[in-house]
Amino acid sequence: MQRSGQVSATSLPIGSDADLAWVRQEVRQCAAGLGFGLVQQTKLVTAASELARNTLVHGGGGRVEITPLDNGRSRGLRMSFIDDGPGIRDLELAMTDGYTTGGGLGLGLSGAKRLVHEFSVDTEPGRGTTVTAVAWVTQVPASRPGL
Amino acid sequence: MSQPLPAHSAQVPVLALGDVLLVSLQGELHDGMAEQLQQDITQRISTDRMTGVVIDISGVDMVDSFLGRVLAEIASTARLLAARTVLAGMRPAVAITLVELGLTLPGLVTALDVDRAMELLNQRGS
Repeated sequence: MQRSGQVSATSLPIGSDADLAWVRQEVRQCAAGLGFGLVQQTKLVTAASELARNTLVHGGGGRVEITPLDNGRSRGLRMSFIDDGPGIRDLELAMTDGYTTGGGLGLGLSGAKRLVHEFSVDTEPGRGTTVTAVAWVTQVPASRPGL
Repeated sequence: MSQPLPAHSAQVPVLALGDVLLVSLQGELHDGMAEQLQQDITQRISTDRMTGVVIDISGVDMVDSFLGRVLAEIASTARLLAARTVLAGMRPAVAITLVELGLTLPGLVTALDVDRAMELLNQRGS
């Protein structure tokens, strides 16, 4: 499987819990191919699982686009989780640890954000939600806000 | 110690070792399977008078907040039915990721492997 720095995005549907397993496997394979270490792979797969479940549970299903990145110094992986669901009314509240409307632990968004290097949410009530997470293959420890 | 007995209904095999249930999770676990497992374990504790549960996750390469919650709920439910649960064999990368995710599972007793988990249950049991 050739996954070089060139942009070759993979798009997967998110419509069932079996799809979540596919998303995890695809992210794992892609991250391993890009040279992510085991801990970073695990963090990426876990973040993908949280975000894909949000897309399924809160967005009513959607898709994920997985794109290999190369900025000249490092390789990376971008994952965009896209749904046409109801959107997030209060993003700041949704990003708070422990806040949940889905009966979970409320760690999906805030937890996933801590597992990657770059994180953004594009949402509007009634217009769906796109959550984008980026991680870079790195030897340097990530900054730890709050410590 | 009696021979391990295979379970009837579970998609994840649940074995009985004496009065301890041994559950080995492997690879990809769908959400529905995790919830089914929770029901199977709870039922087996009650009908077969089990006093302990060991959940071996050495074959699991990812624990997200959903699976973490299911594991914590299995332990809580078992406790209400007078059985103790030990989570065995968590991989280091999974432990690092769980802490960063913010899911430290404070109520769960852990052991490095199944042998130590069984020891733990036997020590405190008799």
